[in-house]
Amino acid sequence: MKVLVAVKRVIDAYVTVRVKADQTGIETGNVKMSMNPFCEIAVEEALRMKESGKVTEVVVVSAGPAPCQETLRTALAMGADRAILIQSDAELQPLAVAKLLAAVIDKEQPGLVLMGKQGIDGEHNQTGQMVAALKGWAQATFASKIDLGDGEATVIREIDGGLETLIVKLPAVVTTDLRLNEPRYASLPNIMQAKRKPLETLTPEGLGIDITPRFKTLKVTEPPKRQAGKKVASVDELIDKLKNEAKVI
Amino acid sequence: MSVLVIAEHNNTTLNPSTLNTITAALKIGPAVNVVVVGHNCRAVAEQLTHVPGLAGIIHVDDQAYAHQLAENIAALLSGLTAGYSHILAPASFFGKNVMPRVAALIDAVQISDVTDIVSADTFVRPIYAGNALATIQTTSHPVVLTVRPTAFDPVATAGGSAVIENKSGAGETGLTRFVGQELTKSERPDLQTARIIISGGRGLANGENFHKYIEPVADKLGAAIGASRAAVDAGFVPNDYQVGQTGKIVAPQLYIAVGISGAIQHLAGMKDSKVIVAINKDAEAPIFQVADYGLVADLFEALPALEKALG
Ligand SMILES: Cc1cc2nc3c(=O)[nH]c(=O)nc-3n(C[C@H](O)[C@H](O)[C@H](O)COP(=O)(O)OP(=O)(O)OC[C@H]3O[C@@H](n4cnc5c(N)ncnc54)[C@H](O)[C@@H]3O)c2cc1C
Ligand SMILES: Nc1ncnc2c1ncn2[C@@H]1O[C@H](COP(=O)(O)O)[C@@H](O)[C@H]1O
Repeated sequence: MKVLVAVKRVIDAYVTVRVKADQTGIETGNVKMSMNPFCEIAVEEALRMKESGKVTEVVVVSAGPAPCQETLRTALAMGADRAILIQSDAELQPLAVAKLLAAVIDKEQPGLVLMGKQGIDGEHNQTGQMVAALKGWAQATFASKIDLGDGEATVIREIDGGLETLIVKLPAVVTTDLRLNEPRYASLPNIMQAKRKPLETLTPEGLGIDITPRFKTLKVTEPPKRQAGKKVASVDELIDKLKNEAKVI
Repeated sequence: MSVLVIAEHNNTTLNPSTLNTITAALKIGPAVNVVVVGHNCRAVAEQLTHVPGLAGIIHVDDQAYAHQLAENIAALLSGLTAGYSHILAPASFFGKNVMPRVAALIDAVQISDVTDIVSADTFVRPIYAGNALATIQTTSHPVVLTVRPTAFDPVATAGGSAVIENKSGAGETGLTRFVGQELTKSERPDLQTARIIISGGRGLANGENFHKYIEPVADKLGAAIGASRAAVDAGFVPNDYQVGQTGKIVAPQLYIAVGISGAIQHLAGMKDSKVIVAINKDAEAPIFQVADYGLVADLFEALPALEKALG
């Protein structure tokens, strides 16, 4: 069985993002970019499935501008077999990405699609569910455990009150949560080797998908800043402040 | 402008985040209908009849919806949305799971995690773990919105007299089978609605210390208990305790962070709390930059003292 993993290139999770002074967006010049952490988890899971013998090929796909190749190379260095870049410099909104991915799925016919539960940039938390809808497939979001069976998969999901177990019919879309696994680092030899693995480039036009944006960002602003308050010297002073100043206990 | 709100519930009680979502819906337009989809969930629809200002309640009861499976619910909802300009649900794990599927089925734009309704086509939402706020406009119709419950007050639950209309289901898609749920049982207030939350982090060192140090203080304060990702990942407490970018977003009157450093992803889930207290032995911990009251202390001494002083 083939697994398709969708990976997104985002500003690294440990960079302090800054809003542009003209409120048009986020400062991206000279900022470290990485694979979205949830996508790393998705790649790792696919590789473990391959290592366990249940999966024969891991294909990674990313939509975005040319530098997304680096993100795909990272996935190849982790161990993915081949990569597909859907190259576009246009703004790609979640439904458009979902349609692009659905078109690639039609070409590739994977038995399972793994995606991150959310991008840590736009935090839409939409794309996986949308891909599942467009394909008419089962979905299991926020997965913390996946067991591949015969024609189906048992997935444990993180939900508001705890955990839920579902059996999804394959093919399906599963989106990853943080506790599914701990992604490996790519070793240097693997990074070198990844340069020779196949990377195919497609375009939205070639796939016949209309990616025209359907919402626009009027402005991006800084949230109101919380002021650091005071340090209290003791537990007694803390309780006094909470009772008599803040009046919350 | 006609607005549809998808109720979140467990077939017997309404999840309170639905009430915050209705407030957001009423800001868009006066004609708000709420749909209750489930199995043996008439009681939920009846609770909603008391909410003032609703145009009506749609009740769909079928075995296929007993476990709120996204495939079945989205298939039904996509057929119910005709005529609505906006379709809303709470940005909870439920709404996040179901709504994008509905949006894609009806080829609609979804705006996630809305914290302010500027007008019927313009919405504010946090991005980058709350480091920025984006103001989004869409002229695409209809539009699907998930609403951050903490950003809107709950609507009243008395005085209304909305009428329930029953509709039939759309059947079982057969794509997914529900196996079971393992829900954390607790006598304490729910994180979502608690007035006071005390959260523990890696500083607690193990799960036993949550019992020994956090719980007695929580009992005295009538507080809910939360945790950082590090505490959940290390297995100190279950996953549903996690507060933050990828856990729960909370905004209680009082949030007490104990042994939590204050990573941006944690702050994303609690920085809208009214009063924040931090207890940490490292005076440089970033959590102190957002705390109204900071106590630099070893938690293993401070918490027993706090419990004692609370009487
Ligand atoms: C994609 C992504 C999503 C994430 N989502 C979340 C999320 O939703 N929620 C979340 O919380 N994190 C999240 N994180 C993780 C986050 O970056 C931090 O790693 C995490 O919040 C750290 O938890 P902590 O503060 O408990 O641990 P640490 O950062 O290790 O801090 C422990 C603190 O305890 C203090 N301490 C230790 N011993 C004592 C003592 N005896 N007395 C007093 N103080 C003591 C230390 O001084 C330190 O400040 C996410 C990360 C990523 C990459
Ligand atoms: N441009 C993209 N290219 C490839 N995958 C993407 C892209 N955008 C989103 N995804 C996938 O969808 C998941 C959820 O993203 P989002 O819905 O934007 O929060 C990500 O973790 C990726 O797996």
